[in-house]
Amino acid sequence: MLLDIKNLYRRFGGLQAVSDVSFSVRPGMIKAVIGPNGAGKTTLFNLITGTLPPSSGVIHFKGQPIHGLAPYRIARQGVARTYQNIKLYPGMTALENVMVGRHCRSRAGFLSGMLSLLWTRKEEKAIREKCLELLGLLDIADLAEVEATSLAFGQQRAVELARALAMEPELLLLDEPAAGLNIYETAEVARLITKINAQGITVLLVEHDMSLVMDISHEIVVLSFGEKIAEGTPSEIQHNKEVIRIYLGEDDAED
Amino acid sequence: MTLELFSQYLLAGITYGIIYAIVGIGFNIIYNTTGIINFAQGEFVMLGGMISISLYQWLPLPLAIGAAVILVMLIGALVEILFIRWLDRPSVLRMIIITIGISILIREAALHVWGEGVRSLPYFVGNEITTVPVLGARVSPQVLWVIGVCTVMVLGLSLFFKYTLQGKKMQACASNRVAATLCGISTKNMVTLSFMLSAGIGALAGCVMSPITYTQYDVGTGLAIKGFTVAILGGLGSSMAAVAAGLLLGIIESFSVSVVPLAFQDAISISLLLAILFLRPHGLFGNKDAADLKEF
Amino acid sequence: MKRHLPLILLILAVIVVQLLTRWTDTAFYLTPLTMTGYYSLVIVGLCLLMGYAGQISLGHAGFFAIGGYLSAMLTTKDLMPLKETLLLGLCDKLGLLVQGQDMLGVASLQMQPWAACGFAILATIIVAYAIGIPVLKLKGHYLAMATLGFGIIVYRLALAFPLFGEADGISGVPGFPLLPGLAVSGDFNSRVSNYYLAWGMVALVMWLLVNLIHSRVGRALRAIHGAEGATNAMGVDTARYKLNTFVISAVLASIAGIFLTHYNGGIGPSEAGIMKSVRYVAIVAIGGMANLWGALVMGAVLNIMSLRGMFGSYDDAVFGGILIVIMLFAPQGLLGISLSATFKRIFRRGE
Ligand SMILES: Nc1ncnc2c1ncn2[C@@H]1O[C@H](COP(=O)(O)OP(=O)(O)O)[C@@H](O)[C@H]1O
Ligand SMILES: [Mg+2]
Repeated sequence: MLLDIKNLYRRFGGLQAVSDVSFSVRPGMIKAVIGPNGAGKTTLFNLITGTLPPSSGVIHFKGQPIHGLAPYRIARQGVARTYQNIKLYPGMTALENVMVGRHCRSRAGFLSGMLSLLWTRKEEKAIREKCLELLGLLDIADLAEVEATSLAFGQQRAVELARALAMEPELLLLDEPAAGLNIYETAEVARLITKINAQGITVLLVEHDMSLVMDISHEIVVLSFGEKIAEGTPSEIQHNKEVIRIYLGEDDAED
Repeated sequence: MTLELFSQYLLAGITYGIIYAIVGIGFNIIYNTTGIINFAQGEFVMLGGMISISLYQWLPLPLAIGAAVILVMLIGALVEILFIRWLDRPSVLRMIIITIGISILIREAALHVWGEGVRSLPYFVGNEITTVPVLGARVSPQVLWVIGVCTVMVLGLSLFFKYTLQGKKMQACASNRVAATLCGISTKNMVTLSFMLSAGIGALAGCVMSPITYTQYDVGTGLAIKGFTVAILGGLGSSMAAVAAGLLLGIIESFSVSVVPLAFQDAISISLLLAILFLRPHGLFGNKDAADLKEF
Repeated sequence: MKRHLPLILLILAVIVVQLLTRWTDTAFYLTPLTMTGYYSLVIVGLCLLMGYAGQISLGHAGFFAIGGYLSAMLTTKDLMPLKETLLLGLCDKLGLLVQGQDMLGVASLQMQPWAACGFAILATIIVAYAIGIPVLKLKGHYLAMATLGFGIIVYRLALAFPLFGEADGISGVPGFPLLPGLAVSGDFNSRVSNYYLAWGMVALVMWLLVNLIHSRVGRALRAIHGAEGATNAMGVDTARYKLNTFVISAVLASIAGIFLTHYNGGIGPSEAGIMKSVRYVAIVAIGGMANLWGALVMGAVLNIMSLRGMFGSYDDAVFGGILIVIMLFAPQGLLGISLSATFKRIFRRGE
């Protein structure tokens, strides 16, 4: 198992945002987490990436425990993410934003940076080329020198994705990558995720767009009020009574 | 330590403590409506003292104090209208720097108007050597004035926030600015009001303490640091906790004089501030989960 | 190399200014210019911390004072009574001490300026780490207040200890012989060499810092400023980066304090005061926060004006006023504002 979550809990004051959630992600798959707003999906991502510490429970990545580690340590082990509310760096170009993602794959430190040694300049050039290549892959190479936060919404999403990819992660967490996009853009996102996955990157995905989720994911976990209420293949989930009840409301499910 | 000395220290601690509490409450009132820490808070206290001292040349004492408080409230409103009101969602860093700049300007203006000298109001009752016996110690009646006036202010404020419409509106702003706006409360006016209120209580405290502690153009910074310590100790935003924290700080400081030299007194309370910031930034009485939601 | 063009301009300007003072017979300007050079070290260090890593420090005069006071104390105070202690014995063996005579001709013992400088920097590093580790966990107002508190503590200690000369400070600090023929001192004859020394150090530091901000580390620092959480999730050890930056800027302030103290022959408590810290922050803000060259230029202009006494008794008020005006109308700094954009904004507001 690439990612293994057991009995995970997270409380905010009196609110149980994630409650006894367990599931695992096999290497190479696309797994989706779905659930109504406020179900605890983003909180789950924050727990996996170390942004929030769990109240209790364990998370293993490649067999190693990662719960309670600082986010940067988890990132260095090969977990990258994007955010539901885009978090790009203001005042930096799209290219520079992506280059930050290259941080954990390069090594120039304070001293070598100050002295601008030959090898650090070479490294810097390599970072730049790799990141330009990634922008090209996402069809936004022409926006490299534009300030990232001034880009259109969909383009910002792409920059964020490029930044995550620059980390060359083994596990990529995508929090609502298609939110706010039109159908064409959504289809494009679906194609991209499949392409990324085909390159060997495991994907864990939160998404509201059911057609996208059902199309591309191999397995789905359903959360509701912090609890896992179902897990299975897309077709299993589509026929799960509990899930239908939650998505369509009590009354409709009875028909 | 004799009982008399003990009472002496205790009363001194309470006197200073309640003043720190007033400054701390001043921080809280503005913080609650704006999310800003007003670094110029201590300057309002200094201005209260200085203006009343000047007015006392022409006016009887109660009128001089009353007029000084009103003037400082107007200055508070002016500060808000000139420097704060029209900023559109300024960053915390920007607000810190602006309020620091305001405190410098007020302090430098005071330096040019009143000079570097130490000034004070006369004792409200009697003179320097008049004393009354309290708890076995002999203290100046002015101490009782300070404690009395500050206590009345604290009680008055809590009644104001509980029972008056303006007070309730300010509380509404504090708990949720957007919702308050939607209910038709003008948050901007509430912010002006909060500056006036905290300027006013600071100025009054500055007047009553002036006979004992004296007033100088640069007393504001020290008071601001102490008041901030108190506000943090009490868990930013909570006024009653600030009173408890203020008394605690005042008493610790006053008893520390018997152990360490006076020159280190400030260092002690600042070290306490640093320790609190590092160990319990949500305050002694505060709640961590609630503190996480505050805008920092 | 495009990014080093300003550096070349700086070096040219430094040379031209010196030649001008020579032709116009105004060499007395070299003294405030040299002092400005040292203050510039504090300012560009603080600029790195505030503008790039996004961490405010209202206590940088404290680090300046730690450097200045320690090196002043160690090179002036008689260490004879401590001669038998282990540390001093060790210093003696290493040749770090000099025998001297006080005014009455009694033998006294002081530390070599090099050794004192080393101790002062070491102490700064230790204090910067000790303060930085807890302080940099704080944000916003808390960080501002904590650093302000640190600054006040240093100021009070300088005032409280007879060892540091209380309100008078320390005077009679000897020159600091750096190389044969080159000593940091206010000696009339070494005015030109000291001027070049100070600005040479500024140029060197600018080269290092400009390299740094264009490196992987500088990019990470700017990212921390923009979105700290997201940067941590990119694999940047944000706490360590902030701490290192804090220590670097503290050491720069301390070095400035050490050199300026030897240059002036003394140091007083006002160098440790809050107003000094606020002034450094003001200059960084005017320069445009994340703009090393802007901070350097504005710092040079304002410090020279201030040192020449142009603001009279309104010195502090001028810096306070500048701070407010810049933060109200041009938070991007004086050099960052585009006039037309400002006009547009004002008119739009008026509609
Ligand atoms: N930092 C936080 N502090 C307090 N409550 C939070 C925090 N983050 C999320 N919550 C609460 O936890 C619940 C789950 O939120 P979230 O994980 O964002 O849901 P989702 O992403 O599934 O829409 C919500 O009720 C939300 O208000
Ligand atoms: Mg979410």
